[in-house]
Parts: sequence; structure tokens; C-alpha cells
Amino acid sequence: MAQAQGAQAAAPPLLQARQIGKIFGQHHALDGVDFEARAGEVHALLGENGAGKSTLIKILTGALQPDAGEVLVEGQPVHLRDPQQAQGLGIGTVYQEVNLLTNRSVAENLFLGRQPTRFGLVRKGVIERQARQILAAYGLEIDVRAELGSYSVAIQQIVAIARAVELSGKVLVLDEPTASLDRVEVDKLFDVVRALKARGLAIVFITHFLDQVFALADRVTVLRNGRLVGTKTLAGLSQTEVVRMMLGKDLSFAHAIGGGPDAETGPAVVTFDGIGRAGKVHPFTLTLHEGEVVGVAGLLGSGRTEMARLMFGVDLADSGMVRMGGRVFALRSPAQAVAAGFGFCPEDRKLDGIFADLSVRENIIIALQARLGWFRMLTTEEQVDIAGRFADALDIRAAHHDMAVKLLSGGNQQKVILARWLATDPRVLILDEPTRGIDVGAHAEIVRTINRLREDGLALLVISSELDEVVAYSNRIVVMRERQMVAELRGEQIDPATIVQAIAGQAAPDQTPEETP
Amino acid sequence: MTRLSGIFLRPQVAALVAVLLMNWLLFPDFFDLTWRDGRLFGSLIDVLNRGAPVAILAIGMTAVIATKGVDLSVGAVMAIAAAVAATLVVGGQPAIVAVTAALAAGLLCGLWNGVLVTYLDMQPIVATLVLMVAGRGLAQLITEGSIVTFSDPVLIYIGTGAFLGLPMPVVIALALLLLTTLLVRRTALGLMIEAVGVNKGAARLVGIPARLLLIGAYAFAGFCAAIAGIIVAGDIRGADANNAGLWLELDAILAVVIGGTSLLGGRFSIPLSVLGAVIIQAMNTGILISGLPPEFNLMVKAGIIILILILQSPLAAEAFARRMPKRKTAPRERTMP
Repeated sequence: MAQAQGAQAAAPPLLQARQIGKIFGQHHALDGVDFEARAGEVHALLGENGAGKSTLIKILTGALQPDAGEVLVEGQPVHLRDPQQAQGLGIGTVYQEVNLLTNRSVAENLFLGRQPTRFGLVRKGVIERQARQILAAYGLEIDVRAELGSYSVAIQQIVAIARAVELSGKVLVLDEPTASLDRVEVDKLFDVVRALKARGLAIVFITHFLDQVFALADRVTVLRNGRLVGTKTLAGLSQTEVVRMMLGKDLSFAHAIGGGPDAETGPAVVTFDGIGRAGKVHPFTLTLHEGEVVGVAGLLGSGRTEMARLMFGVDLADSGMVRMGGRVFALRSPAQAVAAGFGFCPEDRKLDGIFADLSVRENIIIALQARLGWFRMLTTEEQVDIAGRFADALDIRAAHHDMAVKLLSGGNQQKVILARWLATDPRVLILDEPTRGIDVGAHAEIVRTINRLREDGLALLVISSELDEVVAYSNRIVVMRERQMVAELRGEQIDPATIVQAIAGQAAPDQTPEETP
Repeated sequence: MTRLSGIFLRPQVAALVAVLLMNWLLFPDFFDLTWRDGRLFGSLIDVLNRGAPVAILAIGMTAVIATKGVDLSVGAVMAIAAAVAATLVVGGQPAIVAVTAALAAGLLCGLWNGVLVTYLDMQPIVATLVLMVAGRGLAQLITEGSIVTFSDPVLIYIGTGAFLGLPMPVVIALALLLLTTLLVRRTALGLMIEAVGVNKGAARLVGIPARLLLIGAYAFAGFCAAIAGIIVAGDIRGADANNAGLWLELDAILAVVIGGTSLLGGRFSIPLSVLGAVIIQAMNTGILISGLPPEFNLMVKAGIIILILILQSPLAAEAFARRMPKRKTAPRERTMP
């Protein structure tokens, strides 16, 4: 640490936080946290969900005011009242979800709120010319008159960065900018960030992806439970050390989930026989067995999610039947699927999973209550008991179960949804990207839970983009490509290279497998 | 114990007490009650009696708003129900038939709204606006454009009679309040409605019959509107298609909002909505007896409503909590095991 600072010790850091404390109710979100960002460095901020990253960022960008400590800009203490003021002092922020107007042009978005005018009229030609110049510096040659929304998220993200840099220009805070980008787009974004670093900006980078931290950042600061674990120079640091800092325990991912399961499984639970829907998924046949995890691999848009939705009756199949315990039927609604003993954790937790304003307890018991019907209400005692049991079993960390579920971190919310289905004592669980957007610790816990449920005899279907994860827990893997089930892999075939080949199709085996840490 | 004191600390209760006190200052006889001809009389009873139709509308409206909807048509549905009941008794039908038909008409109107919202996926405000406009036309068609007056004793009793010393409208509103509260809180209906209001998509995914509940909520609002329509008709002994229930949908929405149910759906409280209706009526009465020129009524009312809404806003709650930090933490420590 001393070495890293040695070269630039003369100039004060562009942005510095000293002994920051923040209290929500009785909960210390931050306690005595120090942080600094120097000119010409990318400083990664890491921590599990709930570690206090977002709170710290909100304080550094003026969205929240600290209860203790001070924020300094270029060595001068400042009182940041709101993000506008922070922007004026040179601190710009780009969030995970692009915060711009997608229905206005790129140029308008760049100059929103500060359009050059003449006689009160916006000088369209001028802003378009300037917008082109600005974006050229970011290696972006696009039609600035087109609606922002017509471009990919990656380009929107770069426009947002360009805007933030134009407005502020000293410190750029990137809050999980890569969450919704693919690999190529991430590389492009990283080029932009490196160019800005060379220009002497201080960049604060928040992400869940460790490999991205190592690819981009110079230093890393780790928070845990609202406290500072440490700030380290990344050169010479291993991923394991960083994970250890984040979790406070030695947890290598492979160790946490163990090797792949045996191919042995119990009797068949359900067969989806020729299920399909025109324009969504070609008819497929798939049998799930007791004590089995079937992994689903495939690129985004390959029909993975559509397949799960047909299997749970969210979308109606126009061909095929479900065979279960001697019964043959068509799924007409999720309610019917729930009654048949299915559970479904959807891909988009916020949109389709969580009842944000309802309590943790209500979120856990709601599926069981729906299955019991409206007339047979679970008493408060029963609810408390069920919520308590499953929250304990999944180690859901909530101050109490009457708090709104939206106050929990993403990983804990995902566990609440899992608990909700486990409470219905299901026979079949369909999990669509259960580990997306949650931190390393919760990630490993969810993978462990999947393994435990398999051992308990459940039939699971798990959709995931993370190949090493799918490989670790699947007895069998089906591969989707262009809305078709193109391969079914078992035993020896289950390894990332084979899966990638199947995803890419035999014709184009040029894709390399995901790097595993 | 904490729960009980919590109810009395609600801003709605404080607002009601304040409005009643104000009325008492303006009109010292306000709380006087007299017993005459087997029933209670007094300003307080008047407030409850006049407030009953809006309270009944507010009960149905709460269910709709909890699902993240709104029903603008309830005033018009009142007019339809009144028209149906009046026309049938004038045509020689017994009161029981007239009342049943009026209730069925209200239910049908609600179903119509529910189908538009659920199956045609129309925005509730637009879907119910259709019936708000067309409904009055329909009522006029039923009454053939005139005010249909009647002298049927049963209908008149519903509007003006008394039961156990209380005016019938108050008795009906209380009974409806009790039954509905039991229905939604002693079964899982309340939780399911809240789940639909918070996240309709997720509700469907956990197996809650979201569409059925949505249609049910609108049908129930229509049913409540029909009850209110019959009461109003009985009160004036006639059905006035143009004026029965005019603008009452807005009072009903306001009552629900004062009761703390968010227009964004989710958490709801039917008793507090009814309290909201009583607050509105107490305010109306207060302004009337204050002797203020009637031109000021609506503006004074608006001012008081803004005050109430500010008082129960999260901002005010926060300021309140900051002022009294001790009180907030003390009971929590006690309840900790």
C-alpha cells in the first residue's frame, strides 16, 4: 500500500473519504470507513451484498449524507448535499441501469440540461457536431441523431460515461457497469476506462466480477459488514486472497461446491413430452428424475428462459403434454404447476419474483398460501414458524421477518424466493439463473443449496450462463441453441469445452470456454 | 398492547379528533345526542349517516386500489342501481326484487370494469372512465330521463329508517365494514390482494389467481356502489339519474387515500378507509355549520385534506420519529426477547 502511494504522495487524492459512518435505524451501514481515489488509477470497490458498497458510493456522490466522518475533494473538506453538487465538484457517476432518456437522441442525452442555446432555442446543429467530437474520443462513431434506446446497452453505457466525464471530469464512479454486457462489450468498455485513466481521471469501479477487477483495477478496497477490511495494490495479489478478504474465510469456489455429482438418479418424476410453442421453443422432450439436477446451457436468447416458462405454465404450450405419476395433462397456468408440486425461481428477481413491499415472512409463505387457497389462511404462528424454519435453513440474513423484503440484499432476496418454494415441499424446482447478480458468498451458498436439494431427492432444472457452475452440480446438461434443444450431455461429456462446442454447433467450435478462476 | 396504542397514534385518528374538536368549538352542541322515537339524533349521528354512502363506496374502492387500480365509475353505478330499484318498484315489483336487481346491476357493472382491466388489459382509470360517462346515460335510459319517485316503504326504510337506534345507512355501512374486514383478514384474501397489487406478475407465478382477484375487486366495488345507490334513492324517495352519486367516486378515492392505502397498490386497510370517509363528512358538516360563505367550502376542504395528507406522508413520519427518538426505541427494546 505504501508503495502504491509513494509515487503520487505529493498530490492529495482527488476524492477521499475519512472515517465515514452511516446509520440506518439501528443498523450501522458504514462504520469508520476510509477510501480514496487518486488521479490516474482505477480503484475497485468490492464487498458482498450488504457490505456497504452502495452506501459508500451514495455518500461519495452526494446522494446520501454521512453521519460521521468527512469527504474531501482534492484535499479540501466538502459537504455534498446532492449529486448535482458533487457533479459540480468533479464527481460523476454511471449506474448499472443507464439513467438517461432512451427516447431522445444520443446528442440530446449528452447535453441534457446544458444545451447550448441561442435566443432561447436549442442549437441542434451545434450539439450534434460537439456530440460527434466527444464520442469520437471514446472510439464511438454512431449517428448521434438516433434515439439512444436504439443502441445496445454497451453503447448507452459509454454515452452515459461520456456525459458524466463531460459534466464532472475528475472522478468517475462506475457502479456495476458490466452487469448487463457481454464479453465483447465489456472489453470495449474497459478500453474506454483505460483511456480515461490515461487522461488522469480517478475511476472508482464497483463490480461483482473478480476477473474484471484483476483485468482493470490498480488497487482494491474491500468492505465487509460496513467496515473496511483493507485497501491493497492488485499487482501480486491472488484472487483467493481477495475472496478471503471479502468473505472473511477461505472459500475457494470449487472447494465450496465440490466435484460434479454421480450420474445415478432416482425414478422419473415428470416428463415434458413434446412441449413447444411456435416462435418460442421447438418441441422438446425432457424427463426429470428424483435426486437429479438437469443443467440448461445456452446463450442468451437461445430459448432457455422460454423453455422454463412453458414448463411452469407461464406461457402456454401449443404442443405436447406433461406426464406425471400416471397422469397426462397440459399445463394451463402457474397455479396448476404449483398444485402439481412445481416451483419456479424466475430470471428477473425484481420483476417477477419479489413482492418488494411485503414482509420477508409474507414473501416466504405466499406460494404455500396460494396452494392452500384463500380460505385456509396460515395463522400468524404458522407463518412465523414456516418463515423462521426456511430462513434458518437457507441462512437468510434479515434483522427480523416483518421487515419489507426490498430492504434485503440481492443474494438474500434470492434465498427468500428459494425459501418460498421449499416451503411448498415441491417435487420439481425450476431455477432460472439463480446466481445472477449476487455476490460470491451468496453464490456459493446457493450452489450448495442446489446440491443439498438434489440429495434430498428433488428434481431440479437449473438454467445458468456460468458453465463451471453448471458443470459442478448437474447430473445431465441439455444445451439450447436457436430455440431448440440440440444436445443432451451426461457423464464424461459434462465439461465446459464440450458444452461450448454444443452451444456453438459443430460448424463453429472456435469459442473458448469460460476461464475458471 | 403496542398494537392497540399504535392504532390510536394513527394520523387518521388524530385528524378525525382534530376535525371533531373543531366542529365542537364552532358548535358547542356538536356532541349532544338525544333519544327520540326509538332512535338517536344529533350532529354526530348526522355525520355518520351522511357519510355512510361514501364509506360504503370507500370499502369497495379500497379493494380496487389495493390491486393498483382505481374505479371512477362508482358514482355512475350508484345512479344505475338507484334507477333500477326505483323503476322496478314503480312498475309494481316487490322491494326484494328491486333491491336484488339493483345489486345485480351493480355487480354486473363491476364485472364489466374488471373484464376490461383484466382481459383487455386496459388501464383502470381509462376502463372505468368509460362506465363513469356511459353509466349516467344508461341510468337516464332506465328512468327515461325523468326523476322516478316512489313510496315503497322498504326502500324508504333502507334510506331513512333506524335499527337499534342507529340510522339504517350507518347500520348497513357498519355491517359491510365488519363482514368485509373479516373476509379479507380472517382468510388469505387480503394478503393475496396485496400481493397482486404489489407485483401482479409475481403473484401469478406463485399460483395466486390474479385475474380472478382483480375481477373480483371491481365486481365488489360495483356491488358496494349499488348498495350506496339504493340508500341514496331511499333517502330522497326517488332516483335522479343526473345527480345520484355525482362526484362521490372522488370522495371515495380520497377517503381511501386518507386511510393510508397507496394508489400504487399493496397494503390496505378497510377500517381506515371508512375512517377517511367519516373525516371527509365531519369536515363537510363542520364547514356547513361554521357559517362560512358556502363559496369557501371546497377550498377549505381542499386545504384540510392537503394538511391531512402531509401529516401522514413518510416525510412527516420521519420528522416525527426524529423529534421523539426515545419513544421510538423504548418499546422496541422491551419487545426484544
